[in-house]
Amino acid sequence: MQQLLAGKTAPILIVLLAIGLFWYAAAIWMNAPWQTTLNQRAGLENVSATEFIGQTWSQDKPVLPAPHQVAGEIWNATVGTDIASKRSLAYHASITLSATLLGFALGTLLGIGLAVVIVHNDASERSLMPWIIASQTIPILAIAPMVVVGLGAVGVTGLLPKALISMYLSFFPVVVGMVKGLRTPEAIQLDLMHTYSATPWQVFSKLRWPASIPFLFASMKVGVAISLIGAVVGELSNNAGGGLGVRLLTGSYNGQTIQIWAALFIAAALAAVLVIAVGAAEKLANRAMGVRA
Amino acid sequence: MTELAPPSQDAMAVVRAQNLGLTFSTNDGDVIALSDVNLTINKGEFVSFIGPSGCGKTTFLRTIADLEQPTSGTLTVNGTTPSDARLNRAYGYVFQAPALYPWRTIAQNVALPLEIMGLADKAERIARTLELVNLTGFENKYPWQLSGGMQQRASIARALSFDADLLLMDEPFGALDEIVRDHLNSELLKLWARTRKTIAFVTHSIPEAVYLSTKIVVMSPRPGRVTDIIESDLPAERPLDIRETPEFLRLAARVRDGLRAGHSYEE
Amino acid sequence: MSATTNTGLSRLQLWLALGAGAVSVLGLALALVAGDAPVHLLAFLLLGTATLLRLRLPVPLWIDGLLMLMGAIALLLTLPLFVAEPSYFWLALLACWAFAWLFVERLSQAIRTRQLSGRVFGLLIPVLFGVALLFIWEVVTRGANVPQVLLPAPSQIWTRLLASVPTLVADFQQTFLKAVLAGYAMGCGAGFIVAILVDRSPFLKRGLLPIGNFVSALPIIGIAPIMVMWFGFDWQSKAAVVVAMTFFPMLVNTVAGLNQASSIERDLMRTYAASYSQTLLKLRLPAAAPFIFNALKINSTLALIGAIVAEFFGTPIVGMGFRISTEVGKLNIDLVWAEIAVAAVAGSAFYGVIALIERAVTFWHPSVRGGRA
Repeated sequence: MQQLLAGKTAPILIVLLAIGLFWYAAAIWMNAPWQTTLNQRAGLENVSATEFIGQTWSQDKPVLPAPHQVAGEIWNATVGTDIASKRSLAYHASITLSATLLGFALGTLLGIGLAVVIVHNDASERSLMPWIIASQTIPILAIAPMVVVGLGAVGVTGLLPKALISMYLSFFPVVVGMVKGLRTPEAIQLDLMHTYSATPWQVFSKLRWPASIPFLFASMKVGVAISLIGAVVGELSNNAGGGLGVRLLTGSYNGQTIQIWAALFIAAALAAVLVIAVGAAEKLANRAMGVRA
Repeated sequence: MTELAPPSQDAMAVVRAQNLGLTFSTNDGDVIALSDVNLTINKGEFVSFIGPSGCGKTTFLRTIADLEQPTSGTLTVNGTTPSDARLNRAYGYVFQAPALYPWRTIAQNVALPLEIMGLADKAERIARTLELVNLTGFENKYPWQLSGGMQQRASIARALSFDADLLLMDEPFGALDEIVRDHLNSELLKLWARTRKTIAFVTHSIPEAVYLSTKIVVMSPRPGRVTDIIESDLPAERPLDIRETPEFLRLAARVRDGLRAGHSYEE
Repeated sequence: MSATTNTGLSRLQLWLALGAGAVSVLGLALALVAGDAPVHLLAFLLLGTATLLRLRLPVPLWIDGLLMLMGAIALLLTLPLFVAEPSYFWLALLACWAFAWLFVERLSQAIRTRQLSGRVFGLLIPVLFGVALLFIWEVVTRGANVPQVLLPAPSQIWTRLLASVPTLVADFQQTFLKAVLAGYAMGCGAGFIVAILVDRSPFLKRGLLPIGNFVSALPIIGIAPIMVMWFGFDWQSKAAVVVAMTFFPMLVNTVAGLNQASSIERDLMRTYAASYSQTLLKLRLPAAAPFIFNALKINSTLALIGAIVAEFFGTPIVGMGFRISTEVGKLNIDLVWAEIAVAAVAGSAFYGVIALIERAVTFWHPSVRGGRA
């Protein structure tokens, strides 16, 4: 027990358990007023406390759905529904996921490319870097609806507009991280390459690039998470295309709280899977490069 | 080891360790950092602790300062437990690094213990202690604007500012170069002569230990223990070139022998 | 370093110079054949051609800058003359762009070799780049008749911005002054307080921190519809989204910052028998300041994004996010861009203010000290 408490797992589980209990309690508290009204309308009297609590945990459109309701909805909408159906959460998740991945890949490539240019040419560093940093301070996501609608008006629809938003969001951390990473080799290491009369390409491929890999993965973890946010927000402006953002939006229009929470949890799970996948790739790359985990 | 100090000297004892032991439990098993240490530091003495790394010299100093808890034996500081001595603010501690707070000026750094202890006449104490370490005029500089040697002098001023009679110094000049270190050593001796404080000084430099001390405690590792205690017969007045005299070299040779003896079983 | 020729130009600069000259020659030829080119454009193309003389005698970098400026003015003056711009117009734009690039290349080379002060001219380069971007945007959208729904010209956006100041001010008040500031203060404050409480319990620290880190990576913005249901359409629900988005970065950063004090610094406090609150106030909070400011900076951007996106899910008929989503529907893209310009300025100013406070408070930190030198 002592050993368990000293590690991380037990504290995390206990905190999660506490959150779960708090959630159930909050569900009773927040759903109670409406349940009381419902019971009065139905002429029900003398509802026992346990029965009442059960009712607050099983409303149709609760203010706060209980965890098991959300879990049930997730189960029904993924395993319980045909994947091709528009009611399947797996279908919507796959739409969001493909936009995220496309945008993330484009953004990472763009970010690496820009970083390479910036590190090798000081005119472009002086021109670009202040703007890249300044652009991180502005709420870029606000342009999402415009990109979707603007491109839609000229006939570009589907995955690409959303992916562009994701790309736009995810390339910033990659540029900043990679510029830092490509600059990590110290003067003596660069001097060593100089004594070998290494070509610029050799300096890049044998020194700068390997040195920047840890920075690349660190920024990719940030990038993939905001790629997903970009895709979800992009979907808010295009109800027809489907995706988790659309589920959030329709759920909000129809007051389907359980649906909103289910979409939210799927999005969270997606983010977790993506970040963990990048983390796993990082471990593989580290092992291949002989870094001890 | 040493025989227990005679009762008449008891009133003079600032630090008394009897059969002191300290064992760290780590994932790789227990590490005996100190084993059966018997030692007395008397008032006004300058005691150096010397030995290779892992011999427990820093651990012993930290135990006096109540930064580590002994696992066996007894230890008294000013006749009380180390914990009470700490709460009474009985000692000033100088660490291996200056550990000055970068957001405070030199004067504010020296004032830090005064603020915490709620002492009055801060300005006078700051001026006096900065003068002791020859830093007058640098009150309003920030630590990062000073050289390493000056930073360490400021940290000594900080340890002196609240007038504790015992000064614990853990390799304070270890990170400095030889020339700066020589200079600070002679300054430290002058400071000790002026203030008559009791000083416990950890070092891994034989010349430094012999030059500074009235008593040299030689320690050896695995388990950390005291192998020799050498009373220095050097005169109180010690110019830097005393280090070329035969008396000095004889003492240094004895310290070196003690260190070698502690090491011999390793091979 | 780079290969230089007797013209004093690096290889890249030489290619740019040749390109700029060659494009000018081609443009000049086409303009003369067409015969309808205005005088100022012809003059620019002629001077551009003349720069090819630099193969014989060196041309100072200011000439390139002057040509860039002249080309830009000539292009702007030519813009209204045609409905569909002729091909030499685009060649002139290309030449103008090449001169600008060449100018910036040579300017940064001069700064690198310390012929020019980096402090003054180092600032000129990004400004030039920004202006060039706006200029190309203007010329391309108007010259190529890009549909307004895809991308309006900057001048159009500016006119629209000036015409709709009252609307924009009302939106700014609703979204920024109410939702963002209130949510930001509450979210950062709560994150900070919880971090200090959590810090006292190693158990909670181990349990909450991984969860906090994880939640920071989630699309928290998705809770916006729920918050709108709970707190209504007005700014309170947006503030609630902002609270949720800013809480975790603050929590995680503050807890990490509180661990920044080194063990020697803590031991020092212990030798003084300092109390918990003394150690917190005099050591650990100052040491944590860089981390706390980092969270404050991250959160300044997140807060604005959170409030704007939350307004996509329902608002009273005012607010930046509301305006963006409804005007997009009406295809008033210029107004949307005006709103985005306001958001961008507000966001950068918000960030800038916090960065300035950070410089004043954490003046001692190496990253700030280095930045000054």
